[in-house]
Amino acid sequence: MLAYIARRIVYVIPIVISVALVCFLLVHITPGDPLVAVLPADASQELAAQLRAAYGFDRPLPVQFGLWLLRALHGDLGNSIATGRPVLAEVMRAVSNTVTLAIAAAIIGFSMGILLGLIAGYFRETWIDKVATSFAIAGVSVPHYWLGMVLVIIFSVQLNWLPAVGAGPGGSTAWAWDWAHLQYLVLPAITTSVIPMGIVTRTVRALTGDILSQDFVEALRAKGLHETGVFRHVIKNAAPTALAVMGLQLGYMLGGSILIETVFSWPGSGFLLNSAIFQRDLPLLQGTILILALFFVFLNLLVDIAQAAIDPRIKRG
Amino acid sequence: MSELPLSATVDAALQAAPATKARGYWATVGRRIRRDKVSMVCALVLLLIFLSAVVAPWLGLEDPYKGSMIRRLRHIGTVGYPLGTDELGRDMLARLIYGGRLSLVIGILPVILAFCIGTSLGLVAGYVGGKLNTAIMRTIDVFYAFPSVLLAIAISGALGAGILNSIVSLTVVFVPQITRVAESVTTGVRNMDFVEAARASGAGPFTIMRVHILGNVLGSIFVYATSLISVSMILAAGLSFLGLGTKPPEPEWGLMLNTLRTAIYVNPWVAALPGAMIFAVSICFNLLSDGLRSAMDIRN
Repeated sequence: MLAYIARRIVYVIPIVISVALVCFLLVHITPGDPLVAVLPADASQELAAQLRAAYGFDRPLPVQFGLWLLRALHGDLGNSIATGRPVLAEVMRAVSNTVTLAIAAAIIGFSMGILLGLIAGYFRETWIDKVATSFAIAGVSVPHYWLGMVLVIIFSVQLNWLPAVGAGPGGSTAWAWDWAHLQYLVLPAITTSVIPMGIVTRTVRALTGDILSQDFVEALRAKGLHETGVFRHVIKNAAPTALAVMGLQLGYMLGGSILIETVFSWPGSGFLLNSAIFQRDLPLLQGTILILALFFVFLNLLVDIAQAAIDPRIKRG
Repeated sequence: MSELPLSATVDAALQAAPATKARGYWATVGRRIRRDKVSMVCALVLLLIFLSAVVAPWLGLEDPYKGSMIRRLRHIGTVGYPLGTDELGRDMLARLIYGGRLSLVIGILPVILAFCIGTSLGLVAGYVGGKLNTAIMRTIDVFYAFPSVLLAIAISGALGAGILNSIVSLTVVFVPQITRVAESVTTGVRNMDFVEAARASGAGPFTIMRVHILGNVLGSIFVYATSLISVSMILAAGLSFLGLGTKPPEPEWGLMLNTLRTAIYVNPWVAALPGAMIFAVSICFNLLSDGLRSAMDIRN
């Protein structure tokens, strides 16, 4: 097991470096001068050259990348152009709100998905299966930012039950676990949960159907095992794959929250990314994307290890 | 035939067999999908949306760009404006139908481009193998380290708003996914006997890839690509919704949803209409892709 973990960690190193490279290059594919946001419009040639040297833009690209990577490894992602504060601190504060949202959505989406998937897989080709599958297809096909709007229309505008935007009373961005804050979480979390719900339902349904049609299930039934006992075997066999899919979905929720956070003005990493894009705050844009991508890479690593821990077949492969 | 000493049972079996001649694979798939009611309904809905977008100028609709300050945000069912008007007083019905033009292009084109690029890359990687395979597939892995929404936003955020940038960023998102599928099916086919036979009879690698492999892998890659259209439609409209795709006053569903967001307190259901169009197209493509997949799985 330890050898497997070590091997997986070694595999991650080149990926992390390439991710950093992509994030670094991102700033260089932007049209125009990267200094445009800090440089006054009437700046002299000398001032421009000075600033370029100060930011290191006058050096060759590989050198720039090396220096940037070295600073990033020390936790220095530069300062936000808009606020002047360190990028890392800004991003980490926003990420904590995104994590809250993603975990709430995961609890809803995964439990619903597992339940619907098991039922659909067990009652395959019946009307129950059709209803559950329709839910799943609607979940993966719906433009979630639109679903968010529709939920706001119903529950905030028409019924006035829940707040439409924000993450706390009076525009507070610090999270707390009380109803005053929780009511702000309900609509964004439900909206975020529909895609994972749909995908987990489809996965679990297919797994359940496949496992139930295998010979060993026949044998279990033949030896007189109760249906709940058979179900335990189904869950045990489906767990590794289902876990991998859910881990990936959690990563998508963390990294792809920008649309939903924009709809609900949820002060998370996606919202931060949105303002970084429109204020042309390149260090913040670069830093946010780097940190979100690294989260995703490490989450995938954790899922791989967890999968190997519960499924002995993987280590041998 | 008559000289053969056929037993009565075989005779009966032959009589019972259908008299029609054997169909080809694609003819069978076509027949199977035509029998699938869900797929046919979806195809019909999509056809309707496509056709109306194409012939929009000849449908006698209002001018989708012409606004009026005195008839802003009319409700659904207003005389002369069956689906109401938007925040600048433009006819919603006309804008929704005209909106199909841009929305469908920016949603579908990235998948078509990625299909061409990804199939070529995957075919070469899978057939040639070795170092080239490693080079292509490891590069692809880097893109898998980003959640697809984040990658699309990162690229179009860096490139800036615009239709072309949004198409480029979504193509970059889908190329790795299609390449992976193309590579894995090609690897599965390349060592089969008929490829070996073609090689033995002197066919060059390009001919083998084009004639012998492409025909056997294209179907699976195509079905996978169709399943991406639904995601692509949602993402493309999503980029416009964020202000990263289409620019006003162009009618496009994602952008319309964005500009109508401020109207949800005044006229909520008109504001929700463009999203319903995205949803309809997305779900139809998803169901059609599922139908195609099961129609192509002849063994079932």
